[in-house]
Amino acid sequence: MSIFHQDDHFYLARKSQALRLRARFFQSIRSFFVKQDFLEVETPIRIPSPAPEEHIEAIPSGNWFLQTSPELCMKRLLSAGYPRIFQFSKCFRADERGDQHLPEFTMLEWYVAQFDYQQLMDQCEAMLIAVLKDMGYDQNIIWQNKKINFAPGWESITVADAFFRYAPMSCQEALAKDQFDEILVEHIEPRLGADRPTFLYDYPAELAALAKIKKSDPTVAERFELYIAGMELANGFSELTDADEQRRRFEEASEARAAKHWTCYAMPEKFLHALQTMPEAAGIALGIDRMMMLLTNTAQIDDVVAFTPETL
Amino acid sequence: MYTASDLRKGLRLKIDNEPFIITEFNFVKPGKGQALYRTKLKNMLNGNQFERTFRSVDNFETADLREKKMQYLYKEGDKYCFMDNENYEQVYLTEAQVGDAVNFLLDNIEVEILLFEDRPIGISLPNFVDLVVTEAEPWAKGDTVSGATKPVKVQTGYTIFVPTFVTEGEKIRIDTRTGEYLTRVKG
Repeated sequence: MSIFHQDDHFYLARKSQALRLRARFFQSIRSFFVKQDFLEVETPIRIPSPAPEEHIEAIPSGNWFLQTSPELCMKRLLSAGYPRIFQFSKCFRADERGDQHLPEFTMLEWYVAQFDYQQLMDQCEAMLIAVLKDMGYDQNIIWQNKKINFAPGWESITVADAFFRYAPMSCQEALAKDQFDEILVEHIEPRLGADRPTFLYDYPAELAALAKIKKSDPTVAERFELYIAGMELANGFSELTDADEQRRRFEEASEARAAKHWTCYAMPEKFLHALQTMPEAAGIALGIDRMMMLLTNTAQIDDVVAFTPETL
Repeated sequence: MYTASDLRKGLRLKIDNEPFIITEFNFVKPGKGQALYRTKLKNMLNGNQFERTFRSVDNFETADLREKKMQYLYKEGDKYCFMDNENYEQVYLTEAQVGDAVNFLLDNIEVEILLFEDRPIGISLPNFVDLVVTEAEPWAKGDTVSGATKPVKVQTGYTIFVPTFVTEGEKIRIDTRTGEYLTRVKG
């Protein structure tokens, strides 16, 4: 008996540095947002109707669901007049498990009224630089033998340009051949953020569930992802504020979900109602666990949480 | 028949009439995109490797692979000789076919020889083996929760990193798929 306890202690003890750093990371992020006059909020983890998205499946909890992200409730707060809000929350997604995926993971999500996605990219950069400095990092991080420089002036590249530069076909062609996701993970993601963080932005309009379409180019949505050393860290966008358009996109996603026999959710009516009065805003979700992987130089998400589903 | 959700490191499949084993596997999902299964596949006949990405709707053929208990006899040149104790038939495997299993191969032990459509093509090890530690630095007492490791040698000559509290003469369980220490075992 004592032998097995000792081994269990061994595995948890090995994580001590990561777990201490993780706690420190939360403190630094909180202090950044509080200084920037943000309000920390909490929204329910268990919700009646998640946003229907084609490729994200919620885990049932009674006759409700565990949230896949706090997006809908946070937007209701925005709509009610809370213009700068942030939240750390546990999110749950069915059947997602891999080196960079846990079915239960921690997300930092924040929203700013009257911001667009460009301003949010700048703020995301400023936040991470300030937090790393506060935690005592110099401007470089070594991750899996790659040296990443966090000095201001991060790279940004549009999705179309990234396909042109790194992929064997154009973005349009990849979409037409239904190969967008494969090309992205095989040819593009590994090249992004190789020596400094990189924003990939202006996603094809059809890949934006809750993002605003760009006025100057209706083929793209004002959406971005942050990549560091090939790893996707954050997803943000200028928020769609047209409730009718949002309903139409939810219906489309629900049909796609029904076609593959995924769970049918009730339409999030209270959210759609709130959207009618929501101010222009931008919002972003950043994966805390993956950021911790970078800070502790590990390729395994298991190493930055005390327990995984397999060890419970 | 397998579906994509069955894919994992170590799974064996048949592609174009040849057996393949998944040597690297990762679940990926680009932001808001679909689930993809990135694999590195190794041809179990010639060792050739290639990468392939699958979708959750993909299906796979199972390979006609079975294991037969045989006894490891000796090494001759670069061939390893095994004997089927039922009919005393001897089969040979190359160094490449034995692969990392050599780290866990004791003289005269019984192993599973892997047959693909009845031809011997490799060794099939159990996922876990228990081996005795034959060489280890003494334990610096009190150091139980530091998470530190040290190298030790086991009876096959294989060197492995273990927690510092493991001592010479103890039996340890090793995961043959990763070659890593799992736990101490009694007896």
